[in-house]
Amino acid sequence: MRTLPIFKRAKTEAFLESAAKDINYSSQWKLIYMKFKRHKLARISLIVLGVLYFVALFAQFIAPYSLQSYDSKYVNAPPMTLRFVDADGKFHLRPFVYELKSARDPDTMRKIFVSDTEKRYALKWFVQGEEYKFLGMFKTKLHLFGVEQPGRLFMFGTDAMGRDMFSRIVLGSQISLSIPLVGVGISFVLGLIIGGISGYFGGWLDSIIQRIIEIIRSFPTLPLWMALSAAIPPRVPVVTMYLYIVIIFALIGWTDLARVVRGKFISLKNEDYVVAAKIAGVGNTKIIVKHLLPGFMSYLVVATTLAIPNMILSETAMSFLGLGIRSPATSWGVLLQEAQKVENVALYPWKLIPLGIVVLTVLAYNFLGDGLRDAADPYKK
Amino acid sequence: MLQYSIKRIVMAIPVVIFISFIVFYIIQLPPGDYVSSYSAQMTAAGEIMTQDDMDQMRANLGLDRPVYEQYAIWIKKIVFEGDFGYSFNYNKPVIDVVKQYMGLTLVVSIVTMLFQYLVAIPIGIYTAVKQYSAGDYFFSGLSFLGMATPNFLLAIILMYFSYTWFGDPLLGLFSDEYVNAAWSWDKVVDLLKHLVIPVIVIGLASTADLIRVMRGQMLDELNKPNVVTARSKGLSETKILFKYPTRAALNPIVSTFGWSLSSIFTGSTITAIVLNLPIQGPVMYKALLGQDMYLAGSWLLFMALLTVLGTLISDILLAWLDPKIRTEFRGN
Repeated sequence: MRTLPIFKRAKTEAFLESAAKDINYSSQWKLIYMKFKRHKLARISLIVLGVLYFVALFAQFIAPYSLQSYDSKYVNAPPMTLRFVDADGKFHLRPFVYELKSARDPDTMRKIFVSDTEKRYALKWFVQGEEYKFLGMFKTKLHLFGVEQPGRLFMFGTDAMGRDMFSRIVLGSQISLSIPLVGVGISFVLGLIIGGISGYFGGWLDSIIQRIIEIIRSFPTLPLWMALSAAIPPRVPVVTMYLYIVIIFALIGWTDLARVVRGKFISLKNEDYVVAAKIAGVGNTKIIVKHLLPGFMSYLVVATTLAIPNMILSETAMSFLGLGIRSPATSWGVLLQEAQKVENVALYPWKLIPLGIVVLTVLAYNFLGDGLRDAADPYKK
Repeated sequence: MLQYSIKRIVMAIPVVIFISFIVFYIIQLPPGDYVSSYSAQMTAAGEIMTQDDMDQMRANLGLDRPVYEQYAIWIKKIVFEGDFGYSFNYNKPVIDVVKQYMGLTLVVSIVTMLFQYLVAIPIGIYTAVKQYSAGDYFFSGLSFLGMATPNFLLAIILMYFSYTWFGDPLLGLFSDEYVNAAWSWDKVVDLLKHLVIPVIVIGLASTADLIRVMRGQMLDELNKPNVVTARSKGLSETKILFKYPTRAALNPIVSTFGWSLSSIFTGSTITAIVLNLPIQGPVMYKALLGQDMYLAGSWLLFMALLTVLGTLISDILLAWLDPKIRTEFRGN
């Protein structure tokens, strides 16, 4: 037997022993969980995603500045370094940043920023800043961290309008991370219902639904997305725009899931236990919910998880082209718009930081989906 | 086989008709029409268009008729005269605009396709044969990364590197001095130099995907009894490898060949916008935004037809490779 990489040998043996004992008594979901736990990358990914969503949930609290806040004094400022040791070599227990002073590059005469070692601002927890509504419920001015006034803290630098990139990435994650979830949620429901009808009842209904799916699928996704996004009227409120985009994604996304659901329904509906239930007079709804759905729910979860990274990439691409989320709202794609010009990337490489976050998220979802796929069939060796 | 192919082609016809409805509906969706976006441009340039002028222009372009009539005229002309309508922006027939950009679009797409297969298949074989080796981990990691990076951003990163290393971001497909020059050997070399970044960027995601498919297929095939038999008979490893598992593993890749071209066509759109390539994508993107409806519509229609065609070819190829599909189809 191959040793399991996450555990030490002794631990592995103990695990296998106890697993062998209750493997016969465990429910399917327990088995799935046990198998999932053994996929190291998937577990790490789950933690990464947990952190990302946690940050998104409390974004206003974690971000030191708001979306509107800008400072024309600090245009395209580089990321600041948190320091413990000052210019004189003295150690400080509380990390601090130096004030940024603008200067001219002696060679190129370009405006650059240098640290002013005279002015030191210590990092502090729970500082008062701009007012916002905590979780949309009550107003507060408390932010997780910040530096002493009148200092400014730019952990990821600033953009062309002097806005803090870190705050914008954190606040943008609310949109970038929720659009795929909502979009996939809607396509999940649509796919389940439509695919279920198609597979369970069959006949002419199935033929019609199959043709519709075929037509939607023969549209290349990207141009269709572009065409539909171009149809969103300019200057609509943020919430409406958000809904439009989610609906566009879901409209195209449900067909994949509907196909999976249909296939599973067709293969399961003639199983002996389903036929037995039918003969015993069980209603259609009960057969579907009690006998059929549990049979492939795990596959559905996998298919859904694997659909998310695609949506993240699409949303980023659309917003990047100016067809998705538009200001004043912000998503990672919007933040990357400034990276469209190669000079911008060459001079201010920190504008690519949102890209790193996008890649991290997509990778995490891919690995999570991989782990779930392996775990979905716990009886397979 | 012939019967299957004919049936499959007949089934595609209603799909095509529906697609043309939807395309026309979608290009109608954006608020306003070409005349209103044109008059906005004129106003910005300092010329005011009166309501009469606008009505006159609409009548000239046939935009004052009901939508279904516009659709009927458009389709009638496409089917009977091969006329895809008029591009308002370019002031010439859509077909001429398409022709103008088609050559380079095909060059980029075909080179990308060659790149995909020539890179993915050998790497797929290598990673399967040397499973769990350092090379396998390296390429698997790379292909994961390739699938996770939005390709338009990869374009920017590569542009940045070529800018810092060679002092030229290699935008577009030609250097300035060659854009209008006649075809010559130097121009071809220049084109090839500019093709490197677009081809890598457009092809990376599908290459990564192909590597994974090829690797999975090979791993399935490598331990089949025919391979073991060949080995026990004393055949050399190279001969075994290419004679049995590789040939079998290529099947699913060949059968998805039909999709590959249409996915390159559509996949290149955003990259082409970022890299400023003179191919279809950016032209059509502008057409969509500028309400140049016949150009945008023809493009969408063309893309959709290409996908239908790709699926058709793939289905027929699959049926040709796998007799089970043919009989299943007839069995219904």
